[in-house]
Amino acid sequence: MAEIAGAFSDLSYLDYLSTKESRIHRLDPRAKLLVVMVFIACIVSFQRHSVSALIPYFFFPAVMIALAGIPLRYLLKKYLFLLPFAVLIGVFNPIFDHTPLLTIGPITISGGWVSFTSIIIRFTLTVLAAFILIAVTGFNGVCAALERFHVPKIFSVQLMMLYRYIFVLSGEAMRMVRARDMRSVGKKGTEINVYGSLVGHLLLRTWDRAQRVHMAMLSRGFNGEFYVKRPLVLKASDVAFTALWCSLFILFRFINLPVMVGHLILGAN
Amino acid sequence: MSHHIVEVKDLTYVYPDGTPGIRNISFRVIHGESVAIIGPNGAGKSTLLLHLNGYLTPASGFVRIGDLPLTGGTLREIRRTVGMIFQDPDDQLFMPTIYDDVAFGPHNLGIPRDEIERRVLSALSRMGIEHLRDKPPYRLSAGEKRRAAIATVLSMIPDILVMDEPSTGLDPVGRRELIALLKEFTHTKIIATHDLDLVADLCERTIVLDGGEIRADGPTSGIFRNEELLRECHMEKPLSMQGCPVCSPAK
Repeated sequence: MAEIAGAFSDLSYLDYLSTKESRIHRLDPRAKLLVVMVFIACIVSFQRHSVSALIPYFFFPAVMIALAGIPLRYLLKKYLFLLPFAVLIGVFNPIFDHTPLLTIGPITISGGWVSFTSIIIRFTLTVLAAFILIAVTGFNGVCAALERFHVPKIFSVQLMMLYRYIFVLSGEAMRMVRARDMRSVGKKGTEINVYGSLVGHLLLRTWDRAQRVHMAMLSRGFNGEFYVKRPLVLKASDVAFTALWCSLFILFRFINLPVMVGHLILGAN
Repeated sequence: MSHHIVEVKDLTYVYPDGTPGIRNISFRVIHGESVAIIGPNGAGKSTLLLHLNGYLTPASGFVRIGDLPLTGGTLREIRRTVGMIFQDPDDQLFMPTIYDDVAFGPHNLGIPRDEIERRVLSALSRMGIEHLRDKPPYRLSAGEKRRAAIATVLSMIPDILVMDEPSTGLDPVGRRELIALLKEFTHTKIIATHDLDLVADLCERTIVLDGGEIRADGPTSGIFRNEELLRECHMEKPLSMQGCPVCSPAK
């Protein structure tokens, strides 16, 4: 279960990165959130067989990683951790979709393989963008930005609470698992009945804690309103950052740059 | 509110699942008094505390804070007057940063922005944790969390502080410092605890609960000398009142 402990310390490392200083870090959270949202929207709006048109979008994570000084190794590790999920989503495409789409010499590539590649590329781009957003803004910054965008308060508060208590709960889960491991001598202790009661207990504890937190809120006059002190001021650099990236993303969306460059080099055919 | 009296009369509470909580509890705490509530595990200490700011509604009996009876209409005012400090600071620190957390109460009271700022800073400096203002709670040590939790209540400028086990989880020095801090507070204090040395240092009066009822109520020094009572209630004389095992071993 050490891997779970590792995953959570990784999470707080991501947040720690957001406390660093760089030109990107200093930007308004709203600017960064908007840019990443436009980025993701553009990427998911492509057709399922798009591959080449997606390539220019790698420019964005590359620039952000370089400017914000995010450790690439760490980012890649996080990415590889999630990759199997994307593979699982796309893995059936090559099996079910045999429509020949592309012939390179003797090899015919089916539509399934192309859409599979497209899924992996999209996944890579969106996941990188999300990690970068948190690493340069911090989770609470993102929540503050969501609030300013008039996302219903219940969502931003929900996210904020989730983030606050994920460390407490993971600590609790870790202690329970450690207690189990220490007493499951010789056995793995991962039998379904043990596991079930472990999860059940965790749920009950969570429930209790939620009640106590609510009690603490009520006793300080909570009436459904949350207030987070974070004066956000939009600067010229924020506007420039947003305008530049968004227009670039939209340009990439409508002009297939790699194809265009290819045509330029090979001459129109 | 001129006098911060806490009056509890014939308070009885039964948990929804039928477990008896407390029975016929009556006492009066006057302005500036420090009262300890002690008793074995499950004696009903926490249950009693939860009545003092209206979180639980008694089956019978009533609570009065100052001039106000505790009812739905006075709840808001009473929750401002009675500052509750919970056993686990993690339950009390739920906002992203310490600053936000300390500002949570004053904001709910509808206090203007610059006044909130002033109150937060003064509560933080009172607890000696100004440097933690922008930290998220999960990066704090147990002692720092405890101080932050108290600051969240101080910023509401309560008249009465109600604390549940304030010294648990603190190292000896942290505990000492906390006691010294609390000693300076002029608030009326009601402290539920197992730490009888803390009681000996802080509270001139002690109420002993056992099985949901009051067993004794009187000056701390008298109660701590009553060894029979302490034994019956699963407690021991505070260490500071016991003889030194090396220089004067018990006969």
